[in-house]
Amino acid sequence: MQLSTSIWVWIAAFLTLTIYSFLYKDNPLYRFAEHVFVGASVGWSIAIVWHMTAIPYIGIPLRDAFVQRNWPGLIYVAIPTLLGCLYFFRFFPKQSWLARWPIALMMGYYCGISISPSIETNIFTQVQGTILTGFNPTSLSSWWALLLLIGVVSTLFYFFFSLKHEGIVGKTSRLGIWFVMIAFGASFGYTVMARVSLLIGRIQFLLHDWLGILK
Amino acid sequence: MIFKKFIPAVILVFLGSLPLSGSAVCVQDVPDDDGSALIVSWEPPGDILGFFMYKIYRKDSLEGEFVQVGKSSKMENCFFVDKDPRFPLNSGMNVVYRIVALDEEENEIREIGVSEQFSPSHSYFNSTKKNTVVAVIFVFTALITFLNLAKKDKNLFIRKIAGLDALDEAVGRATEMGRSVLYVPGLSTMDDIATVASINILGPVAKKVAEYETKILVPNRDPIVYTITHEVVKEAYLEAGRPDAFQEDQVFFVSQNQFAFVAAVNGIMMREKPATNLYLGMFWAESLLLAETGNATGAVQIAGTDSVTQLPFFVTSCDYTLIGEELYAASAYLSRDPVLVGTIKAQDVEKAILLILLVLLSVLAILNFNFFRSESFLRFIMSFFGT
Repeated sequence: MQLSTSIWVWIAAFLTLTIYSFLYKDNPLYRFAEHVFVGASVGWSIAIVWHMTAIPYIGIPLRDAFVQRNWPGLIYVAIPTLLGCLYFFRFFPKQSWLARWPIALMMGYYCGISISPSIETNIFTQVQGTILTGFNPTSLSSWWALLLLIGVVSTLFYFFFSLKHEGIVGKTSRLGIWFVMIAFGASFGYTVMARVSLLIGRIQFLLHDWLGILK
Repeated sequence: MIFKKFIPAVILVFLGSLPLSGSAVCVQDVPDDDGSALIVSWEPPGDILGFFMYKIYRKDSLEGEFVQVGKSSKMENCFFVDKDPRFPLNSGMNVVYRIVALDEEENEIREIGVSEQFSPSHSYFNSTKKNTVVAVIFVFTALITFLNLAKKDKNLFIRKIAGLDALDEAVGRATEMGRSVLYVPGLSTMDDIATVASINILGPVAKKVAEYETKILVPNRDPIVYTITHEVVKEAYLEAGRPDAFQEDQVFFVSQNQFAFVAAVNGIMMREKPATNLYLGMFWAESLLLAETGNATGAVQIAGTDSVTQLPFFVTSCDYTLIGEELYAASAYLSRDPVLVGTIKAQDVEKAILLILLVLLSVLAILNFNFFRSESFLRFIMSFFGT
């Protein structure tokens, strides 16, 4: 056993243990770690936004445009900057309605920009992967493809909201939800394995980096 | 993806047309792009013995120096697609390429040639997205049609969604216990459809909470989502006739760091002990951490997400789970707003058409139907769905 001599390893180990103390119950140590974590991450985010967004995308372009008397360039940067600044009107109750302008713009922009990728990935790619282009009864992959098609069709039935789940629709959608649950089961197992590897990583840190028990 | 798909076609056309000019190195624009890519091709040297690869240099102005922008690792690959973000190309730039052949130890041994000056250009329309345009027109036509129908007939049928039927009960429980309702609108940004759906649900939920005179807590991870949820909750209190009951700190920003957000929300759950937890939106690894903590506090939990990998965790640890599209349908179900109900109906029609297409074409394939098997028809179908 060889304890770490690095102060940062000790701090990290202490914070790890305080976070794990939540498994017992909420306690002052957990609250301390929680507040440190939130405070540090917010501070870090502000620094990142300032240095990686505000300075390179607003400060420098505005300064350069002003120095070079490039007025179209100045307007090009100033308009979105001013629109962004409208968010701050939330702090002034009488003018807070101005904050809705950038919100409306962002909502419209994001909804619009996601139309094309949504259709391409959620419809075209899925249909392309499901449609049978041939069937060979002696080939196992053909039977898998057929099973996939049945799964997709029955699952789609479950997601019809205009039809009552009765009769043939009810039975098909019930089959669909079985397919969904089997897929969830597989996904659950797969993800749990990934989570266990995260836990192993943390335990390795405690036993190797901090306590030096593991070599 | 589109870029990757069409580059080979362009390369083939391009290679077929070599040589295009007096220079041994030819440059051609990539069509249907924003002017950020060029294809460089060259004639292989007659005697390739001793040559192992090529280096591609680019000069961005007449006075500038050649800078290496890439490497072609095989002698038979006599083309290069210049689209490296480290060496960005913009529409209107004047560039010159220089190709040099290398030996096994990457020593430059022969200059293959220097291209003529070329300028990349951008396209206003992406002709590879014609299928998307057709689909969008169809979707919008269906949407407008059903929107008008829903306005005329206010009682269009939507099937029961169990998780949403339980919402009244869950909010009522919080009121009876004198505790708050916790609403987590996911951890994603506004470009995520799940977040948009979650915000659509937040309105009716917050209105119900305001009517019951209960408190709602809405922690946020994204600053833009925060400003929107704040407005939505405020508006809901106003609609419920209780603007006085709205407190600014009910909707708050926590942190952009995923696990700092989770640590804070878990802490809130343990201290405030909300009677009802609603997790609606996009979630990642935090789904089980949140839902398990909520379970430990004894809260009624309703979750909904379109994240396939996180749904199993919600299914196992929440009382009700909205699976995928149920999340999108939830706002229409709760509000019965004709606009939203119309969109659900339109989506159902689109799903029905896709379903018919899937089954019909697959059955024809199984029956080995000749028309379907014809090359031209297959090519048409595959090109429509983007293969």
